[in-house]
Amino acid sequence: MNVTRRQALGLGAGAAAVLVAGTAVVPAFAKEKQTADDAIKAFTGGAEAKSGKVSLTTPEIAENGNTVPVTFDVESPMTSDDHVAEVLVLADGNPRPGVATFHFSELSGEASASTRIRLAKTQNVIAVAKMSNGDFYMDKKLVKVTIGGCGG
Amino acid sequence: MISRREFLQAAVAAGAIVGTAGAGSWQALAARQALMSQDDLLKFPTMGNVTLVHLTDIHAQLMPIYFREPSINVGVGEAKGQPPHLTGKDFLEMYKIAPETPDAYALSSVDYSALASEYGRMGGIDRIATVLNSIRAEREANTLFLDGGDTWQGSYTSLQTKAADMVEVMNTLKPDAMTSHWEFTYGIDRVKEIVENLPFAFLGGNIFDAEWEEPAFEATKMFERGGVKVAVIGQAFPYLPVANPRWMFPNLSFGIREEQVQKNVDAARDDGAEVVVLLSHNGFDVDRKLASRVKGIDVILTGHTHDALPEPVIVGKTLLIASGSHGKFLSRIDLDVRDGEVKGYQYKLIPIFSDVIAPDKATTELVTKVRAPFEKELNTVLGKTDSLLYRRGNFNGTFDDLICDALIEEREADIAMSPGFRWGTTVLPDQDITVELLHNATSMTYPAAYRSEMTGKLIHDILEDVADNLFNPDPYYQQGGDMVRVGGMGYRIDVTKPIGSRITDMTLLKSGEKIDPAKNYVVAGWASVNEGTEGPPIWDVVANYVKRKKTVAVTPNTSVKVEGV
Repeated sequence: MNVTRRQALGLGAGAAAVLVAGTAVVPAFAKEKQTADDAIKAFTGGAEAKSGKVSLTTPEIAENGNTVPVTFDVESPMTSDDHVAEVLVLADGNPRPGVATFHFSELSGEASASTRIRLAKTQNVIAVAKMSNGDFYMDKKLVKVTIGGCGG
Repeated sequence: MISRREFLQAAVAAGAIVGTAGAGSWQALAARQALMSQDDLLKFPTMGNVTLVHLTDIHAQLMPIYFREPSINVGVGEAKGQPPHLTGKDFLEMYKIAPETPDAYALSSVDYSALASEYGRMGGIDRIATVLNSIRAEREANTLFLDGGDTWQGSYTSLQTKAADMVEVMNTLKPDAMTSHWEFTYGIDRVKEIVENLPFAFLGGNIFDAEWEEPAFEATKMFERGGVKVAVIGQAFPYLPVANPRWMFPNLSFGIREEQVQKNVDAARDDGAEVVVLLSHNGFDVDRKLASRVKGIDVILTGHTHDALPEPVIVGKTLLIASGSHGKFLSRIDLDVRDGEVKGYQYKLIPIFSDVIAPDKATTELVTKVRAPFEKELNTVLGKTDSLLYRRGNFNGTFDDLICDALIEEREADIAMSPGFRWGTTVLPDQDITVELLHNATSMTYPAAYRSEMTGKLIHDILEDVADNLFNPDPYYQQGGDMVRVGGMGYRIDVTKPIGSRITDMTLLKSGEKIDPAKNYVVAGWASVNEGTEGPPIWDVVANYVKRKKTVAVTPNTSVKVEGV
């Protein structure tokens, strides 16, 4: 398969991109009006998502709310016993908070991906990682979407 | 005729005058001026093996200027009450500066008009050249001269020549590297054209290609000075596409990119750097936070927020230097570097008193040459001011009050908005307002003075948005700049509240009625970041107003009520 750079980026670039590609962006939420909290609960089955291991990189202030670059990286040895299984990405202030669920396996090498998302207004971007042992970790970053125009 | 500088030197020589009884105003003046000589201003306890010289935010001011420091500069969160968020008498007390001294004049707003007429203009690139030459004469092999950016924009001649005047003059001063902000408002093509021919490094480790997220400019330049490997990492203004028109450089992305800064620092250390310098246009509070989180930076040469601090602020092992703006100051930092570590430093914020420091002749000649084609226009008098016209301050400045008055009258608007820029020079009472002085406060590449209808709600949203850029307790969400200046409308602001609830009591001044969120108001403003904004350039609007009035006076603005300070 001849994956161009642009396609790879669109699928969620990073070292894991091509491996992820096959199972990448799954339309996350069928249900209307599901809040980010509901979505996290559904993803974790009610288990607590601890802080740590997940690092989410976003701009502090979006340059263009229509296409905000988001990268996550989950610390893990990525072995068959101990790897990241899935990462749920949410934008808690969007009309539909679900962005994507990324699936990983021990063959992924590392659990990281980049994508671009649309943010309707200032809100948190959230990444929740499900580990192969059933633990959950999360990171959250506030991204400001401004009217802009008066700085300097 | 004795020149002012000769007079000052004469006053120094005749030191006996100091302290004589019955000092009249002339003697008081002489006494104060006798506190200064060029040798005193340049005196420095040379130390170690590396000298950094920092100039930043000169905003294209080749000539000596007046520039009044702010009287209000509110710090929020952890920055509350910390430098640079101290002004006026508090600032003088913090740094133990006696009132009415040259330092008090240079660094604070206290008694500004009176002290300005005593101590004269500051800056002038030919005076800066003299200081630079003197440092290099002593420390040629040890010195790095670093320009923090906002160098190409802010004057009539820089706009007319698309920065060619600044580039030509700065090249003769031989900087070793620069970073950037307003440079990009000449458009990406012009920036590339200049950078291709620049005989020194144009650094921006946080400038990325927006599509591929790949570095678009060089991040780091390694130098060897005094036998020491020094890495200089550039950091451009992080919020260019938000605060300035993104359409002028559509394929670039900026941002603080803290992780990238750490990567670049680590790479420089791996490369053998014994000293790591961040040449930054982040703004002071952003850099203070960055210094607490990124490991391995020895010196951050801060910029953007135009703060001038006589001492470094130290965060962990990092020195933060704030070298002011508009050419008023040049910073010198001497570092003692041994065994791959900074063991000690000496610092001086050198005030460029234009009547005390002799101009460098070759630079004066060059400045005269680049200004010559525009001399007649520059000196055209539009009118006179009875009031001190200045811009700096969080909420309003008299120059912006004048701009807002002009917008309301000339554009027949209910409300005027003028952006909270921190650049722009000061005009003293009774001084003529020339084309040059008007351009010092307005010169830019998107000057259209728009006139449009906005709902009360939109006006409120804009004020809230800008207030959060300034007063968000997390510095990483601050863009620098000051509050948008508003004419024709008053409001109350509580800086401690979150976005959406800081601004209350918006009142239309002409009728005293409360602003109705649902009602439309005619708003005139300028410097919109939106492409295709229509209207005459702001300098034409203000020039017409000043010509019509002949003499302008600005009454103290009491329409913004500030709480939570």
